[in-house]
Amino acid sequence: MLRLVVRRLLQLIPTLLGLSVLLFLWLNRLPGGPASAILGERATPTEVARINRALGLDQPVWVQYGRFLKRIAELDLGTSTKTGQPVWDEFALRFPATVELSVAAMLIAVVVGIPLGYLAARRRGGWLDVASVSGSLIGICVPVFFLGLILKGIFAVNLHVFPTYGRLTTGLDATEVTGFAVLDGLLTGELDAAGDALWHLVLPAVTLASIPLAVIVRMTRASVLEVLGEDYVRTAEAKGLEKRVVRLRHVLRNALLPVVTAIGLLTGSLLSGAVLTESVFDFGGIGSFIKIAIDARDYPVLVGFIMFIAMIYVVINLLVDLAYSLIDPRVRVN
Amino acid sequence: MRISKSRTVRAVTAALAVGMIATGCASERGKDGDKGGDKDTFVFAGAGDPSSLDPALASDGETFRVTRQAFEALLEHEPGGSKLVGGLAESWSSNDAGTVWTFNLRENVKFHDGEAFNAAAVCANYDHWFNWKGTYQSSAVSYYWQSIMGGFAKNEDKDAPKANYKSCTAKDPNTAVIEVHAPSANLPGGFSLQALAIHSPKALKAYATQAATGKDDAISYPKYSQEAGTVAGTGPYRITKWNKGNKEVTLQRFDEYWGDKAKVKNLVFRTISTEEGRRQALQAGDIQGYDLVSPADVKTLEKGGFQVPTRDVFNIFYVGMSQEKHPALKKPQVRQALAHAIDRDNIVKTQLPEGGKTATQFMPDTVAGFSDKVKTYPFDTAKAKQLLAAAGESKLKIEFCYPTEVTRPYMPAPQDIFELMKADLEKAGVTVTPKPLKWAPDYLDATEAGACALHMLGWTGDFNDGYNFIGTWFAEYDKQWGFKDPKVFDAVTAASKETDPAKRVEAYKKANDIIMEYLPGLPVSSSPPAIAFAKDVNPPKVSPLTQENFAEVSFK
Repeated sequence: MLRLVVRRLLQLIPTLLGLSVLLFLWLNRLPGGPASAILGERATPTEVARINRALGLDQPVWVQYGRFLKRIAELDLGTSTKTGQPVWDEFALRFPATVELSVAAMLIAVVVGIPLGYLAARRRGGWLDVASVSGSLIGICVPVFFLGLILKGIFAVNLHVFPTYGRLTTGLDATEVTGFAVLDGLLTGELDAAGDALWHLVLPAVTLASIPLAVIVRMTRASVLEVLGEDYVRTAEAKGLEKRVVRLRHVLRNALLPVVTAIGLLTGSLLSGAVLTESVFDFGGIGSFIKIAIDARDYPVLVGFIMFIAMIYVVINLLVDLAYSLIDPRVRVN
Repeated sequence: MRISKSRTVRAVTAALAVGMIATGCASERGKDGDKGGDKDTFVFAGAGDPSSLDPALASDGETFRVTRQAFEALLEHEPGGSKLVGGLAESWSSNDAGTVWTFNLRENVKFHDGEAFNAAAVCANYDHWFNWKGTYQSSAVSYYWQSIMGGFAKNEDKDAPKANYKSCTAKDPNTAVIEVHAPSANLPGGFSLQALAIHSPKALKAYATQAATGKDDAISYPKYSQEAGTVAGTGPYRITKWNKGNKEVTLQRFDEYWGDKAKVKNLVFRTISTEEGRRQALQAGDIQGYDLVSPADVKTLEKGGFQVPTRDVFNIFYVGMSQEKHPALKKPQVRQALAHAIDRDNIVKTQLPEGGKTATQFMPDTVAGFSDKVKTYPFDTAKAKQLLAAAGESKLKIEFCYPTEVTRPYMPAPQDIFELMKADLEKAGVTVTPKPLKWAPDYLDATEAGACALHMLGWTGDFNDGYNFIGTWFAEYDKQWGFKDPKVFDAVTAASKETDPAKRVEAYKKANDIIMEYLPGLPVSSSPPAIAFAKDVNPPKVSPLTQENFAEVSFK
């Protein structure tokens, strides 16, 4: 097990190196640069040249790349050209919001999706099956951005049930411990702050959950249907095993294997969905920050973010493999 | 099995607890009403985060909106207007040459940190900026100092402008004298800029050692400029909190303020990046005001009972023509033909908010130096065709760049405006190749480099001086326009060097006449940017320079 973990972590190095080269080539081919983004309408060629010189952007790509690699080796992602603050600080400030949102979305997707998919398969052809299959199709088809706007329009603007933006109500003085607003409220005993943060999470989390929820429902349903037809299920039933035991231990456990893999991949992709969701709800996480960074050609933030996401993908995949081996002992043996 | 049971129990308990908290919160929200807070707090939304809490390091409106409530400059503009009036200086004068500026300072003024305001404080600030070193000399950090006062005591960059600032002397505690080497069109207007607002010398000294650094691809603002509670001005509010994660800056009333005290105790500036998001937050009662209202939303908001005052126009929107990019544009008849071909009145009528005006020259009529005698180019398709034929360009093909994903105060719906212009030009026989570009940096880069034959851009003034408009474009060769005409350049420069205010205004009028005779591009319109407030708010006087004083705000 340890060897697997170490090997997978070592695989990170060539992956990130390759990615960093591609990123640099891509960013350098983009028109424009941070200087004119910083100066806006006031940019003049002289000013742009001065800033580029100050930022070292007038130097060859390989020199810039070399500098970047050196920094990475020192675990330094550089400084945001937009905010003038270290990229790590910016990430540390905003990442808890995105993690909180993604976890909430994934919780909704898993807690609702797996039982729904399982029930849909058990009652194949029934109303619940039809509803969940067609509902999940809508979930996959409707863009996250659009769904967010609709939910916000109805529940925040018209019905005034949920707030239109942010993580906490303006003026609410909550103590910050970990940066995870709900958790901080619970840790410090400021239950009103925890509740407020949770209330702010509802609409964005439901929006962000739409795609993973739909995928999980469909995958669980398909997987359960497949397992239900397997011989060992029939054998277990024929042996007179209790129905609940057959469903949970034989059917659900085996059906969950592909779903767990999907959950892993979906968790990674949640971050890209968060870019749009956070923009709709001005959530203040890494997603809306990245959108600003793209507009401002904030290279250090963009490169840092993409490298970071790549790292998360690798780690999540590793965790999925580990979870897999827990669910299916055969994987461990192999 | 037992373990999994206890896990299930714990999970269910946690979910219930969280649910109970949420429900409790929901009922509280309901009780509060959806006002977004109490009457002690006014929440206003802008489109972007401030970049720094030290206005001297900034050059953007979102930063200045926040800092303006906490920092005051020597001069300011009259409430709701663009005329210069006393700020921290009650009165001011200059010598005939425009090189020695004397300020009679207001007495009994205190900084937020308890220090007294006086002439020594003024000089400490100006000398501090003049002696900036290293990255502080980058124009990304000290843009306004450089554009108003030139370079530094010791320029470190060969491209940095030559210093025009000479000295500041505290003649007595209430008289500060600032000397410059040469008269400048940017003075006295520059003394009103938020970037030259006065800080407590004690705070300046405390954070003087913190460097702005410029290495590894980025410019780092000094740490103090990113934290509330470090900087200290003399304004009606002091900055107490900057929650970057929640995108909010909180200010508290400064009870020892020398003037009329702020009516509302807490002021919060919140960033909501989209127009729609800001409008929805106001409609939902989560905020009490916002800026950069889309003209399309004005009627809807007014119908809903919201207050949407419009500011006086202080901007100009134009079609730029790059003569180097398209040689046909070198012919005056072609430029005139394009000017006649575009129905600017229709654009104003259909695309701009109420109060928008068709422009006749490259400055709005609210700026001193606006000329009534400029040559005009009324909409006339037949004449446009005739001029093109005379120039031998009846089959003119031209590329026209326009920006996407952006609205500017002077240009509410770029794509719609572009479509109207394209249709007009095509009626005159011009084949238009559209080139949409993302605003920043693609579009700005392309227009600034003169890479677009035709393009749309504009400008909002910093202060009421003609040079702030026409000097920006026509004082010397600029790639954006790609022409060299000494007559135009000389007229603008001569006006900027005139020290007698009345004569300077006349010189600007003359320069405008010459520019419009030459017609380097087409001024299209000036539009009044709208700002929105909740029903239960007494809004501040709106300013053409977007310099609203939120200390005037109160709840009904």
